[in-house]
Amino acid sequence: MKFLSSRRRHPLAGFVVLVLGLLVMGGLYSMFRPAQAEQGANDKQLVAQGRELYVVSCSTCHGMNAEGVVTKTGDNYGPPLVGVGAAAVDFQVGTGRMPMADPGPGQAQRVPLMTPDETRALAAYIASLGPGPAIPSPGEYDAAHGDPAKGGLFFRTNCTACHNFAGSGGALPHGRQAPDLMKTPPKYIFEAMETGPGQMPKFSNGVMTPQDKRDIISYIQHLKTTPGYGGLKLGSLGPVSEGLWGWLIGIGGLILIAVWIGNHGVRAGKKSK
Amino acid sequence: MTEGPHPTDGHPDGAGHDLAALSPEEPIPNPGLPPHEPRPTDVDAAQERRAERQVAGMFILAALLALAFCVLYFVIPPPSDQSATFMGYGASNLALGLTLGLALLLTGAAAIQWAKKLMGNQDIIEARHSTASPPNVREEQVAAFKLGVAESGFGRRTLIRNSMFAALGMLGLPAIVLLRDLGPLPGNLTSITVWKRGIRVVNDVSGTPLRPSDIAEGQLVNAEPALFFDEVGPNGKVIKAKYTGTALNDQKAKAAVILVRMLPTDIKSAQERAWGVNGIVCFSKICTHVGCPISLYEQQTHQLLCPCHQSTFDLTEDGKVVFGPAARPLPQLPIMVDKEGYLVARSDFHQPVGPSFWERG
Repeated sequence: MKFLSSRRRHPLAGFVVLVLGLLVMGGLYSMFRPAQAEQGANDKQLVAQGRELYVVSCSTCHGMNAEGVVTKTGDNYGPPLVGVGAAAVDFQVGTGRMPMADPGPGQAQRVPLMTPDETRALAAYIASLGPGPAIPSPGEYDAAHGDPAKGGLFFRTNCTACHNFAGSGGALPHGRQAPDLMKTPPKYIFEAMETGPGQMPKFSNGVMTPQDKRDIISYIQHLKTTPGYGGLKLGSLGPVSEGLWGWLIGIGGLILIAVWIGNHGVRAGKKSK
Repeated sequence: MTEGPHPTDGHPDGAGHDLAALSPEEPIPNPGLPPHEPRPTDVDAAQERRAERQVAGMFILAALLALAFCVLYFVIPPPSDQSATFMGYGASNLALGLTLGLALLLTGAAAIQWAKKLMGNQDIIEARHSTASPPNVREEQVAAFKLGVAESGFGRRTLIRNSMFAALGMLGLPAIVLLRDLGPLPGNLTSITVWKRGIRVVNDVSGTPLRPSDIAEGQLVNAEPALFFDEVGPNGKVIKAKYTGTALNDQKAKAAVILVRMLPTDIKSAQERAWGVNGIVCFSKICTHVGCPISLYEQQTHQLLCPCHQSTFDLTEDGKVVFGPAARPLPQLPIMVDKEGYLVARSDFHQPVGPSFWERG
């Protein structure tokens, strides 16, 4: 003790204490956060795996380093993917829209080419290129924690113009279409609102909070279970399918029945002939 | 019905032979009616009784179904959030529709069955008559009318006749005066909205004020003026919405806007860029064709499509019409950022929003 107390005013004492303190803190940190360190190593592996998949499946259009490929006319052959975030990759690859089967307007939902693990690796790689929205956790899109009444107000204001009043999708200019939301899992609805895939505009968390998004998802789930009080829904496409049904099957059927009644004689003589 | 010549079996060259006998009014020989053939129900008593039972059975079933409709109307509660369902359909609507529909269908089917199987089916010819009355009847009518004119003194008592014209003519005036109830004239209400310098642009439904940093590139915000929502003031006090009820709907119909953000370099018009904030531009949400709300925005082409009649506006060039029946560009609302960093209007719209009207020219 005398050794320490006699040197406590030594010019280097403060420095030694600081170094000791840092060592203790560093030691404690590494003791209590081992998982994080391992996660980091794991992430590195995942990113490397994603990079390999990316080079094979995506780089033709999006460029070797996801910088995008610009055509001669100045349009994007494939847009840059730096900063689009893991959520965008999870949506595009998880719903089978990417890798694209053939270039054209409006990529529709298909059977995904990538396995969930491969999708996660790709998402990790793209997320490592720049900050962007992360894949939402199941709690964020849990319909049970949303308010369907408020979600209905948001839905009718923001979604119905393209996706139809009953969420059954609709036509867009130039042969594109807004998909049917009744078949879309809640996670992808959340990711689509956040990342704005294709022509769909973004609804960022700053304006439409995650709670607002959960309300919308809750309303869409509610739509799925709403009984058909009005009878046959005919795809919930509004006047188009209802008019087609009325004119072709309704009026057309009545005409056929009238013709059948007029032709169908009941004379004994005809039977005996 | 005049008797036409009938070709008979005795004349193999009948057509040529009878040609001279045909009158110009009836150039084709009248074939007459086919012989009447009896139906099974005409000749078989058992069949007749069976048809009778069928018709009566359908009528009785229709009557019972109509009765069932009345019973089910009271038994099954009408559609509401908690009402009963059957195979995914509302039980009440399904039951009422089925009973009433089947009752009507069976009534019709019974009537047709009755007419086809049991009612007399001898063919009858009903000759067509000239529509004009015989000349003597017409002369009598004209004479009676002339007598009536003479006896009423319509031509002679001009004072009475003209005063009657005045009375009938004046009756038209109240009808014209009542048209005033269509007014008063709207004045400049069709040309102005509630937007003014400094009014915040807030997200519709939630009323959240917007900072430029909240709005991502490619974002669409369906927005309204802050006056339509309760606001929390700087000192924590709640400022009540200025408009509610009918007044709110009146104002909302004109003031609804959309905010979109694109790269400032994507905007082709210098004025549009100047009226926005870093590529965030604000346009009226009311279509200039017939006033539908438009928010079908394509974030890559920057085109806004109206779902009603497919008018398409280019939001990179002052909202000009690129397709469809709309005749004018979509009005843009100039915006800026206030001291607290929120997006606010810089002024009202510089053009009337919504569909054209007479004074707008």
